[in-house]
Amino acid sequence: MTLADIVAGVVFVSLNAYALLAGADFGGGVWDLLASGPRKERQRELIADAIGPVWEANHVWLILAVVLLFTCFPPAFARLGTLLHIPLSLVLIGIVLRGSAFTFWRYGAHGDREQRHWGLVFAVASLITPLLLGTTAGAIAAGAVGDTGHAMGEGFYAVYVAPWLNPFTLSVGVFALVAFAFLAAVYLTLEAPDRELADDFRRRGLAAGVALFFVAALVLLLSRRYAPLVRDGLIFAAWAVPLHLLTAAAAVTALAALWYRRWRVARLAAAAQVSLILWGWALGQYPYVLPPDLTIAAAAAPAVTLRLVLGALALGAVVLLPSLFYLFRVFKRVERRA
Amino acid sequence: MGVFWEAMSDLLAARSQMGVSLAFHIVFAAIGIAMPVLMVVAERRWQVTGDAIYLDLAKRWARGTAILFAVGAVSGTVLSFELGLLWPGFMRFAGSIIGMPFSLEGFAFFTEAIFLGVYLYGWDRVSPRVHRWAGIAVAASGAASGIFVVIANAWMNAPTGFELVNGQAVNVHPIAAMGNRAALSQTIHMTLAAYAATGFAVAGIHAFLLLQDPANAFHRRALQIALLVGAPAALLQPISGDLSARHVARDQPTKLAAAEALFVTQRGAPLTIGGWPDVAVGETRFAIKIPYALSLLAFHDPQAEVKGLDAVPRDLWPKVPAVHFSFDLMVGLGTYLALVALWAGWLGWRRADLAHNRWLMRALALATPMGFLAIEAGWMVTELGRQPWVIYGVMKTRDAVTPMPGLIVPFLTFTLLYCFLGVIVCWLLYRQILRSPAVPEWRRFFMPKGSG
Repeated sequence: MTLADIVAGVVFVSLNAYALLAGADFGGGVWDLLASGPRKERQRELIADAIGPVWEANHVWLILAVVLLFTCFPPAFARLGTLLHIPLSLVLIGIVLRGSAFTFWRYGAHGDREQRHWGLVFAVASLITPLLLGTTAGAIAAGAVGDTGHAMGEGFYAVYVAPWLNPFTLSVGVFALVAFAFLAAVYLTLEAPDRELADDFRRRGLAAGVALFFVAALVLLLSRRYAPLVRDGLIFAAWAVPLHLLTAAAAVTALAALWYRRWRVARLAAAAQVSLILWGWALGQYPYVLPPDLTIAAAAAPAVTLRLVLGALALGAVVLLPSLFYLFRVFKRVERRA
Repeated sequence: MGVFWEAMSDLLAARSQMGVSLAFHIVFAAIGIAMPVLMVVAERRWQVTGDAIYLDLAKRWARGTAILFAVGAVSGTVLSFELGLLWPGFMRFAGSIIGMPFSLEGFAFFTEAIFLGVYLYGWDRVSPRVHRWAGIAVAASGAASGIFVVIANAWMNAPTGFELVNGQAVNVHPIAAMGNRAALSQTIHMTLAAYAATGFAVAGIHAFLLLQDPANAFHRRALQIALLVGAPAALLQPISGDLSARHVARDQPTKLAAAEALFVTQRGAPLTIGGWPDVAVGETRFAIKIPYALSLLAFHDPQAEVKGLDAVPRDLWPKVPAVHFSFDLMVGLGTYLALVALWAGWLGWRRADLAHNRWLMRALALATPMGFLAIEAGWMVTELGRQPWVIYGVMKTRDAVTPMPGLIVPFLTFTLLYCFLGVIVCWLLYRQILRSPAVPEWRRFFMPKGSG
């Protein structure tokens, strides 16, 4: 375990936190778009109240991952920015529209009908951003962001579009979307003020959980052709079987807990399930930061930078973690329902 | 369209996109630094005096700040990605040297976002004491994150903390890079600018409304707090500007020469105000020239030698007219703000009723956009004035740009997006200002004697 490995691990922890927290905020937007039934407006209120106080803090996990990446693995960041320029730009537009539209909707005025337009922009942006984020992750996992595609003389499409636009990357995009929606539904069961509203999200959570299984199967199927490296890691490595067993156990627990209305257990298990999948991806492509050729060691900044950043991370964590804990305690503490 | 398409090179498109993104973000970033201070002061006054108008003020300001902060957060995210999307060459070289302040900024921004959540949504959930401290945490971490980002920019002007061997950076020292020679003057100048611009923008809006209704207690209190933050910053800014100018004269002579449209190196150099810098001929026509003033300002010595543009080859010159006009605009606007601050301070010291001084209110209303225009102009000076370098003396901007063609498309896309958002934000704030309270029960206290 080198210094660079540790920092890479921290970057991934940050991405993991982003997926669990901001991912659920995006998922909330998806359920806003799909709000239906007699409690339609109450569903939307619940979602907005759940997202409101925390989405900006949740969003910072992505910024943290990005600044750590460009400080500690500059060549990886430079290559990502070059070859995935288009999907990353689209992700940014999604992030900008989602965040702005949400505050325009919630803070712009009091109960105007026109404000609902912003609610719609928020919801659509929440749907599109995870799709594109997942697509980007898919391109990395597929080993498409390699030095090979960079050769001169190749066409624009081959260099800047093909790496991220194929059935596999799109399936990863759908997977991210469904996973985020699943997390959101599970979290919302716990935050709903009454049984009926909780049951609305229970049904949604169960549906998303089952859908997630099928999308995962599709991703795995397509990875055979498009992402052999990560796939082989996920199947043949020594850690593969225990990891899959753990993931399956978490998935079954999440669904069973939803079924039996054990909301807290469901939240824990769903978060564990998504995290395990993410770490499976990370382990599958280790030691590469950008497969098939850029390793963590080769991309790493000089040791002095890594040491300083780790020091800053340790110091920052002393401030950050209690603050985050406090934020969630203030806004996410749920009174037990009778 | 086709002509336009080809007229804009990819490098120019990338620079334009970065420029638009920065110009857009900086407004929200500055507001994010200063607005929490105004909110905290209003809240504190409410807690001390028990006057509910202050609470109303803090809540209304918080409502506006929520929108502005969110737009600032997402446009800041765009910038952090654009470093790689547009300038991968720069990041590959500089990431390990200057990423450190960005990492620290990440933490500061985290703290800011967390406590802003507590502040905005916690009015009924946390104790007044905790609420006030959450506001203070937002203000402090907002200032800190601004400072960290400006440190990174200062490094581009005064690169240090590494050695250049065969085009590669070796012996990297991130802490030394953070302690670069431009860091102190730039961070002070920008932090003061944020307080001055935001303070005067808020003061200007309330002054405009006071022109119609000088007895409105809500606007009177708002004006007082906004000036309390904005006026001292505007008064200190010329001193900080002097510090910056002396740094630039010493370390970035070409930038100073462009800002002052000084083509020829000379002793006893004059200060050039306005005019048209004719780059082809190498002289500035129709300008007001104050003898010895530039030498005096740059080196505190009327006979000091100031390097002109002729000190470097032509291909290392920035766009002289743009830098010169931006510089004059910044200085002019800053001077106006400082003079208005002085006027308001004088009247306040004499215990005059500011709100009934119609000329002061007019001057303040006129100042509403000026601080932000000055910030934009100042960034034009520092960024355009550094060209053609992205890292001064080390890396050219054209060597940093992404190889991806067709950059005019993202440039136009983000420009449209930001124009759209800018219009919406203005419209939402306008609607919110229209809903300002009249507070009639306080009117009689603030009308001139005999008029009520």
